[in-house]
Amino acid sequence: MRDVAVIGYGMTKFGELWQTPLRDLFAEAAVACLADAGVERGRLQSAYIGCMSSGLFNGQEHLASILCDYAGLAGLAATRVESACASGGAAFRAAYLEVASGASDFVLAGGVEKMNDGADATYCLSTAADQEYEVYHGITFPGLYAMIAHAHMHRYGTTPAQLAAVAVKNHRNGALNPYAQFPVEITPETVLKAVRVAEPLGLFDCSPVTDGAACVLLCPVDVARELGKPVIRVIGSGHATDAIALHDRPDLAAIPVVGLAARRAYAQAGITVADVDFCEVHDCFTIAEIVCTEELGLFERGRGGPAALDGLTARDGKHPVNASGGLKCKGHPVGATGVAQIAELVMQLSGRAGARQLKSPRIGLAQNMGGSGGSCTVHILEVGS
Amino acid sequence: MISPRYHREIPQRYRLEAGRCEDCGEIHFPPRFVCRKCGGKRFAIEVLPRRGKVLTHTTIWIPPAPFEIQKPYVVAIVELENGVRLTCMVAEAPPDEVRIGTPVELIFRRLQAQPVWEVLQYGYKARVLAG
Repeated sequence: MRDVAVIGYGMTKFGELWQTPLRDLFAEAAVACLADAGVERGRLQSAYIGCMSSGLFNGQEHLASILCDYAGLAGLAATRVESACASGGAAFRAAYLEVASGASDFVLAGGVEKMNDGADATYCLSTAADQEYEVYHGITFPGLYAMIAHAHMHRYGTTPAQLAAVAVKNHRNGALNPYAQFPVEITPETVLKAVRVAEPLGLFDCSPVTDGAACVLLCPVDVARELGKPVIRVIGSGHATDAIALHDRPDLAAIPVVGLAARRAYAQAGITVADVDFCEVHDCFTIAEIVCTEELGLFERGRGGPAALDGLTARDGKHPVNASGGLKCKGHPVGATGVAQIAELVMQLSGRAGARQLKSPRIGLAQNMGGSGGSCTVHILEVGS
Repeated sequence: MISPRYHREIPQRYRLEAGRCEDCGEIHFPPRFVCRKCGGKRFAIEVLPRRGKVLTHTTIWIPPAPFEIQKPYVVAIVELENGVRLTCMVAEAPPDEVRIGTPVELIFRRLQAQPVWEVLQYGYKARVLAG
C-alpha cells in the first residue's frame, strides 16, 4: 500500500439551493477542488461519488456519469457509492484504496445530495432504515435516534440539557463557517423549547434538510511532495457495517459500528484516541454526537452528555468536536457529508479554517455514519512533511 | 406498496411467524436464509409469543405522509417473552403511559389510514397491559 495524501478540497455553500440543480452542485465542488489542488482535469484518473438517494430526491440515477459530464470530466472512470448517510465516507475510502493500491495517481472523492427538490425528505431518508420491519410501522429517523436517546437517558442519566449543549456548541462553531447552512448562534432555551419532532428530540436536536456537494483530491504522498503541497496524509481508514434495524442490535444505548470502524482506523494509524487533536463527528442528531464521542473512545460510556455540557468538546476544550458546526449547523446533504468532513480536516490541518481555526492541530478524525448505525467510516488524517 | 411485496410479508405481519434455526435454536424475526449466529440454513417456523415489554420508545410528532392522520403516536422496540425484538406502534395508550419496562402485548391492527397501491396495510401493534 502506498502512502496517500489529500491535496485539495472544494465545497458548495450548504443550504436550500432551489435554483441549483443536482448536477451543478457537484460541478461547482469538483471544479473548486481541482483549482484548489492546482491539478489539471486531464490528470484525473477516476472518481468515487457518494450520494444516498438521487433516485428518490430527484428521480435521477446513473449518477456518476451525468455528474462527471456536467463537471467537464466526461470519460472519467467514475462510480457512485451508496451507504446511506455514510455514502461520502465510503466514497472517500474507495478513492483512498485506489490510490493506495497503486492503480491510480489522481482520484477525486466527491459527495452530493440535493434534498430540496420537491420530494418528501422524511420518507426518502427513512429508506435508510429497514423498510418492512421499521418504516412500515411508522418510525422515522428522528424517531430511531429518539429511541437511542431514551435508552441512553434511562441507562446513564443523560439529560435534555446535555443534548441541547451539543446543538448550542455546534451552532457557536458553525456561525464562523462560511459554508454553513444556518451560521447563527442559538441558546439552550431555543433547543429545549423547540417544536417536538420525536420525543425526546425537538427541531433543534435534528440536522437540517440540505443541498450541497463536497470534493477532495487524493494522490500518492510522493506526488504531493513533487507538487510542492503540504502533506496531509491519510493514516487510518476504518469501515464497518452492522444490522440496519435498531431492534436487531443488542445495546440500544450504543452504536457499536462506530467503535468497530474507529478501532480499525486507530490500528492502521498506529495511534490511540489520545493522539487525535480534533474530530468531525456525525451529529445527525444531538444524541448521535454524544454516543459517537463515547464510541470513538473520547469519553467513557455514559459520559458523552456531561462532557458536552462541561465544554470538553468546544473548540477550546480538551477534545474539540465539530469545529465546522457539524451536521447540525453546517447542514447535512447526506451523500456529501462524509466528504465535507474530510474537507474540514484539510482546512484545519492546513491552517485555512479562518475564524474557526483550531490551534495548530496535527491529527484530525472524521466519523461518518449511515442510518441509525448500520454503517460507519472513520478516517484519520495527519499533517506532516 | 405493491401487492407482491405486501403479500410475501403476510406470515410475519398477520401470524407472527419467525424462523427457529434447527442447528442452534436462534430465533429470527423475520425469518432469514442463513442464521446470524451459527450460519445454519435449516429453519422451522415458530410463532412468536405475544407478550413482552418496552425496551425503548418515542412519540412521533412529525410522521411520513401515510401516518399523518395518526400523529402523535408512540413507536417502541418491544422485547417478547422469548427474547425476540421488534419495532411497532403502541396503540390505545397516551404517550405518558409508555415507559421503558412497560408490559405490552401484540395485537392485530390496521397500520395506515389510507390504502397504498390499493392495498390496505395491516400488521401488529402493541397494547399496554394493565398492572
